[in-house]
Amino acid sequence: MAEPEIRLHQEKRKRGETETMEINMGPQHPSTHGVFRAVVELDGETVVKVVPHLGYLHRGIEKIAENRTYHQVIPLTDRLDYMAGASNNLGYCLTVEKLLGIEVPPRGQYIRVILTELSRISSHLFWAGANAHDLGAMTPFFFMVREREQILFFLEMITGSRLTPSFFRVGGMSMDLPPEFRDECMKFIKNFPPRVDEYETLLTENKIWKSRTQGVGYLSAEDCIKLGISGPMARAAGIDWDLRKNQPYSSYDKFDFKTVVYHGCDAYDRYRVRMMEMRQSNEIIRQALESLPEGDHSVTMKGTLKPPAGEVYMAIEAPRGELGFYIVSDGTAQPFRMKVRAPTFVNLQSLPKMCEGKLFSDMVAALSSVDLVLAEVDR
Amino acid sequence: MPESNMDLVASVILILVKIGVFFALFMLILAYVTLLERRLLGFFQERYGPNRVGWQGLLQPVADGIKMFMKEDVTVSEANKAVYILAPIVFVAAALMTFSVIPFGDVIWPATMEIGGRVYNFTLANANRGVIADVNVAILIVFAISSIGIYGLIMAGWGSNNKYALLGGVRAAAVMISYELAAGLALVGIIMTTGSMSLMDIVKFQGGCWFGVIPKWFCFTQPLAFVIFLIAVFAETGRTPFDFTECENELVAGYQMEYSSMKFALFYLAEYGHMIAASALTVTFFLGGWQGPFVDVPGLNYFLPVIYFCVKTFMLVFFFIWVRATYPRFRYDLLMKLGWKVLLPATLVNILISPFTMKLFGYL
Repeated sequence: MAEPEIRLHQEKRKRGETETMEINMGPQHPSTHGVFRAVVELDGETVVKVVPHLGYLHRGIEKIAENRTYHQVIPLTDRLDYMAGASNNLGYCLTVEKLLGIEVPPRGQYIRVILTELSRISSHLFWAGANAHDLGAMTPFFFMVREREQILFFLEMITGSRLTPSFFRVGGMSMDLPPEFRDECMKFIKNFPPRVDEYETLLTENKIWKSRTQGVGYLSAEDCIKLGISGPMARAAGIDWDLRKNQPYSSYDKFDFKTVVYHGCDAYDRYRVRMMEMRQSNEIIRQALESLPEGDHSVTMKGTLKPPAGEVYMAIEAPRGELGFYIVSDGTAQPFRMKVRAPTFVNLQSLPKMCEGKLFSDMVAALSSVDLVLAEVDR
Repeated sequence: MPESNMDLVASVILILVKIGVFFALFMLILAYVTLLERRLLGFFQERYGPNRVGWQGLLQPVADGIKMFMKEDVTVSEANKAVYILAPIVFVAAALMTFSVIPFGDVIWPATMEIGGRVYNFTLANANRGVIADVNVAILIVFAISSIGIYGLIMAGWGSNNKYALLGGVRAAAVMISYELAAGLALVGIIMTTGSMSLMDIVKFQGGCWFGVIPKWFCFTQPLAFVIFLIAVFAETGRTPFDFTECENELVAGYQMEYSSMKFALFYLAEYGHMIAASALTVTFFLGGWQGPFVDVPGLNYFLPVIYFCVKTFMLVFFFIWVRATYPRFRYDLLMKLGWKVLLPATLVNILISPFTMKLFGYL
C-alpha cells in the first residue's frame, strides 16, 4: 500500500469508520451573496472538499457586447460588478480610449476618479457590513449601509442612478458635476473618517471578531500569485500591488495616497485592508475635489465610433482587484470580441484552497472575505 | 366534608388559578418580548423596527400569530413523523416548565381568608406563596427540565431529514450539554452558602443589605460564579454570540429549518421562553430574585416583590438583546474549548474559594 493509504487506514482504525456528508451550499444560501453554489463534503464539521459551481447568473454580457456599438456596451458593464458600477464604466472606457489613442481632459479624469472612489467606498462598506453579518454581527451592517446610502445619494445626484450610473462615455463624461455636489460631498468626506472609527470600535479589536477571522481563510502571498489573486485579498497577503500606483491611469499619479498592505494573509487582514482603503479613498476624493481643474469634461467625438483594427488590454484597480477589459476591434462600429477579466472570478478560485481542512464556519468567513459579486463572476 | 379537606380544596383552587394566570400572562409576555426584541434591535441599529401594526407596533405579535396560523403546515417527505411533531412540543414544554419552581414573589395571597362566613386556610402546599411549586430540589429540577429541552432540538434536527438541521441539532446537543455542566457547577457555591436547593430559600437568603445600601445578592459574594453562569445561560439559550444552533449564515436556520406554520412558531416562542427563563433564573440565583426595598411593608408585600422580580428579569432580557446587537457570533469549536478548558476549571476554582468567601462574609 502507498503511504497515504496506510495513513488513512490507521486514521480510520483510530477514529472508527466514519462517513462524510455532502451538503449543498447554495444556490440559495444566506452567505453566498447571490446565486453561488458550492458542494461541500463534510466530515463532522470539517470541510473535506469544496467544489464551486458557477453560472447561475450568466447573462452572456461578453457575447452581447459583440452586437452593440462601443457606446452601447457601457450600460452592460454596469451590470458586471453592480456594487461598484462606476469602476466597470471606467475600465471599459479607458480600454476603448487606449484603442483610439485619445486622452480625456483633466477635469473629466478628476470626475472619473471622484466617482470611482465613491463607488469603491460604497462597495467596501457594503462588503464590510455583509462580512460582519456573515459572522453573526448584525449592527455593523446597518451602520455601514447608512453611509452607503449617502454615497448612493451622491451617485444619484450626479448620474441619476444609484447603482448603475452609465455616466462615463468614451472620451470623457456624459455631463459635468452638478454645482451643489462639491459642498455636499465635502461635508460627507469630513464626517466619514469618524464613522469608520465607529465601525472599527465595533469590530476591529473585538475578541470574538478576531477569533473568528484571524488565521481564517489563510492564503499565502505565493499562493495568491499562483492563483492570480489581486486586489485587497493580495494586499492582505503582503503583496504591494495596486494598479492605481503601479500602472497609474486617469491621473491617479497626481494624488497622494498609500497602498494599504498587511501581512496576515487571513480574513482579518482583508477586513483591515478594506477599512484602511476606505480612508485612503476618502482622502483621494478630498484631494480631487479641492484641486478639481477647470475646463472641458470630455473630448468632442464626432460620428460613429469606429476604432482602428487591433487589440487592446487595459486594467484598472476595481474594489475587488484587477478589472481588465480585452477588446479586439476589426475596424467596424462593434467590438469583434470583448473579454472581461473579472477580479472576483479569479479570486474565487482560492476558495477550495482556503477552506479544505478547516471548519464549516470558517468556510463562511473565508467565502465572505473574497468579496463575492456573482454578477461579475458569471457575467 | 372534614374541615382540613376544605382547606385543601381552597389551596388547590388557588394553585390552579395561579397556574392559569401565570400561563396566560407568560404567553402574552412571550409574544411581546418578540416585539420588544425587534424594536430594541431597531433602536440599536438606527432603524425603526415594526411600528406599523397598531400604536408603536403593539399589535404586531397578534398579526404574526394570525399569519403563523394561516401558513400551510408542511411536513417534509421522509421525515421521521413522530419525532418531527414531538420536537417543538418538547421544546416549548421545557421552556414553560422551568417556571414551575422559580419564585416570582414572596406571599401573594393572605394565609387565611374569610369567605362566606368560613375561614379558609391557603397555606397548604405553599399555595399562597409566589411560586407554583416550592420544591426542595428545585435546582435539580431546573437542570433536568433544561436537559429535556435539548432533546427537542436534537429531535428536530434528527427528525426533519435535512443535513443542515442535523448539523444544528448536533451542535445544540454538544454545546448545551457542556454548558449545563458549567452552569450547574457554578451554582455549587450558592448551594454551599444557603444549604438549600429550594429557590425560595435561595432568594430569602439574599434579603437585607450590607451597610444599608449594598444588597446581599449572590452576584456580589459569588462574582465568578455569576459571570460563568451568565455565559453558560447565553450558550444554553442559544442566543448571540452563541447562536450556533440556528446560525443563519452557516446552517441557514439550523434545527428549525424544515418547520413551518405553528410548529415554527412554537420553536420561535420557546426560544424566547428559554431566554426569559434563563433571565429569571439568573435573577433568582444572583440578583436577589424578588428581594428589594420595602418588601416587608404590610399592604405592599403582596405585589411589590412580583414587580421587583419582573423588572429585574426584563433588565436581563434587555441585556440579552443588547448583547445580540453588539457581538459577532462565536465559533462552535472555540465555544466548546471555552466551555471545557476555561469555564469548567473556573467553576472548580469557584467551589474551592467558596468556603473562604463564606467565612469572609460571615456565613460560616
